[in-house]
Amino acid sequence: MKNKIFPTFLVFFFLSIFFIFFKGLQNSNIYIPNTNLEKNIPSFIAKLFDSDDNISSEEIFKENKFYLMNIWASWCVPCREEHSFLMNLSNEKNIEIIGFNYKDNNAKAKSFLSELDNPYNLIISDKDGTLSIEWGAYGVPESFLIYNNKIIKKIIGPIDKDLFFEIKELIQ
Amino acid sequence: MKILKYIIFIYLLVSVNYLSAQEENLQNKITKNLRCLICQGQSVYDSDSEFANSLKIIVKQKLSEGKSEKQIYNFLEDKYGKWILYDPEFSKNTYFLWILPIFLFVIGGVLILKLFIIKKN
Repeated sequence: MKNKIFPTFLVFFFLSIFFIFFKGLQNSNIYIPNTNLEKNIPSFIAKLFDSDDNISSEEIFKENKFYLMNIWASWCVPCREEHSFLMNLSNEKNIEIIGFNYKDNNAKAKSFLSELDNPYNLIISDKDGTLSIEWGAYGVPESFLIYNNKIIKKIIGPIDKDLFFEIKELIQ
Repeated sequence: MKILKYIIFIYLLVSVNYLSAQEENLQNKITKNLRCLICQGQSVYDSDSEFANSLKIIVKQKLSEGKSEKQIYNFLEDKYGKWILYDPEFSKNTYFLWILPIFLFVIGGVLILKLFIIKKN
């Protein structure tokens, strides 16, 4: 009887390990970051896109309204897809759209805006991408919905129809 | 006197080189322990993606500001979560991960003891 306890335990132990790993096989191995965090926005000083002046985050997000911080670049193809939604949002009264021009060439960024129109109230340039890291961003395009100096929604990738209506509902 | 000046000059040159090499080593060590979140199975050190390149600049900046390795990890963990670190810390979510190998090792030891040594006696 005593001799049987150990092998039984062993079989049970390996079976449970097998079960854990087998369950793990079904999980997606693509990392999905938490996008509904209520985080404070980082404070920073950045260069404006169309002049050499600097601006601080306190000056940008000072009013009591919604802000959509959108990271974009002229070389980014999905940015073209979401542009019409941004144009549509820029007509809304209680939201301001702040553009983060990510690792871009100024002349090309300007021709991008003159081709597709400019939805941004203000554009900041992020030449080496370090500012986006401060925000915890992964790349372009990416958007942050901000209210009261807090990030209330983080959108990784282009804004699509569903997300557009979700933002519209949130800012009402 | 002139020789002394030369010696001091060479000494300073060598020590500055040594210091910057040390900082670079630390930078490489840190970026090797950071997961490139938009790549598949690559560290920030290995990757040449836009994200990884920006992170390398950030790590370099923080080091020159005098931040320690731990402070940089904490900063990035706050921004991107635990997943960015290859070397997860011991916490209530990771204790199973850390203890399992030791547990298996002990079981193996007991098995060997039981099968070979005790049987022999």
